[in-house]
Amino acid sequence: MSNPQNEVSHFKEKLKRIEEITSFLEDQDLDLEQAIKLYEEGMKLSQECLSSLQEAELKITELKNSFKTN
Amino acid sequence: MQLPQYKSVSNLTLEIKATLEMNFRRETVIGEVSNFTAHGSGHWYFTVKDSGAALSCTMWSNNNRKVGFVPKNGMQIIVTGSVSVYPPRGTYQLDVQEMKNVGVGDLQVAFEFLKEKLGKEGLFETERKRTIFSFPAKIGVVTSSTGAAWQDIIAVAKRRFPMVELVLAPARVQGEGAGESIAAAIAELNNYDDIDVLIVGRGGGSLEDLWAFNEEVTARAIASSRIPVISAVGHEVDFTISDFVADLRAATPTAAMELVTQDQNEMSNFLLSSISALNSLIDKNLASKRDLVNRFVTSPVVSTPVNIIRMNSQKLDLAVTQLDNNMSGLIKELKNRINSAFLHLKANDHKRILKKGFVFVTQDEKIVRISTELNTLKPFNLNFFDDKILIKGSNE
Repeated sequence: MSNPQNEVSHFKEKLKRIEEITSFLEDQDLDLEQAIKLYEEGMKLSQECLSSLQEAELKITELKNSFKTN
Repeated sequence: MQLPQYKSVSNLTLEIKATLEMNFRRETVIGEVSNFTAHGSGHWYFTVKDSGAALSCTMWSNNNRKVGFVPKNGMQIIVTGSVSVYPPRGTYQLDVQEMKNVGVGDLQVAFEFLKEKLGKEGLFETERKRTIFSFPAKIGVVTSSTGAAWQDIIAVAKRRFPMVELVLAPARVQGEGAGESIAAAIAELNNYDDIDVLIVGRGGGSLEDLWAFNEEVTARAIASSRIPVISAVGHEVDFTISDFVADLRAATPTAAMELVTQDQNEMSNFLLSSISALNSLIDKNLASKRDLVNRFVTSPVVSTPVNIIRMNSQKLDLAVTQLDNNMSGLIKELKNRINSAFLHLKANDHKRILKKGFVFVTQDEKIVRISTELNTLKPFNLNFFDDKILIKGSNE
């Protein structure tokens, strides 16, 4: 089972990277090879994030401890 | 056999009524208002109570018109009136003629007391408030597992950001031991390293229902929680002590969840707009590169290569001519310099001096400049401008 902590922080990192890539691509002086690499990376991350959003299922844990009085 | 003595209910009640109303004609009582109802007729019905007993009260509109305030539940009041019995129900009550507000009730007093105490300790200071993690992966929840608050929290998580994980530490949120139960649940969740934020709360209720969140044990547990705490007691208007101590106060558990979770729809929109931004950016980028290539390819120089050669050979010719010009200039200058040197040398030629009648002496191939250096015993030469004459030494 995947660790939600990592899943969400990966998700968050991906969002940050997507923003970064978009701002890099705004620079028209970027050489062609770099621009295409960034574009491909950005598209891949966006798709990944979209599908992990769509597939997400709420995980609930209920602790059963002695402090649950009565 | 004698018939047992009995009274009718009415007779006994009337006797009670007479006794009570005779003996309690004018009583002044202090207590806390509860169950207050202002009837449409203008009459007030309420209970005055303390920790041990409760007293039903009525205050007719002609009397309550003179009271300068409308009592609220929890308020501490002093009422003056006469006891009356209502036979159809067998109940007694105080018919209140006068009412005075003596301040807040016990719970309110306790609330103010604790608020002041913890405030003095600095537990409410803004500097103590920690930033709530804006993108939590795991949210710890302290509330009743059977309450509406928990269901609300689950619903918000599902709707807004189902990637989050909820961890419930069930607690009693009302009644005896509720404060201790909440405190234990907070402490329990603090054992987890990966929980980003705690939501501690319950749905709305009366001051008594919410009392656990005004208890010192709850306040201290929140204050000492390593994980930042959002207090979410469903009571939009009034604050609880928990609200003051927590890092953040939300009006309801639902509001708390909305504060800490990201909206998946907003996020999807962000991602979709990023995709279209990426597409348009790469298009723009490629277009600008294509422009650059086009401009180069269609420039007249590139389109006809002969032009380049022609242009360059012309450049070469020009360079050669330039070089030629430079070289011939240099040679001319050198020639001039050599000529002038030659002329200079000529001017200093010793033979021109000899021609004037001077002679110089050489011996052993060396010029003799001083008379004492001449060895007359050895042969020497007399050098004239046209020839030299050998003179033999005198010892030969």
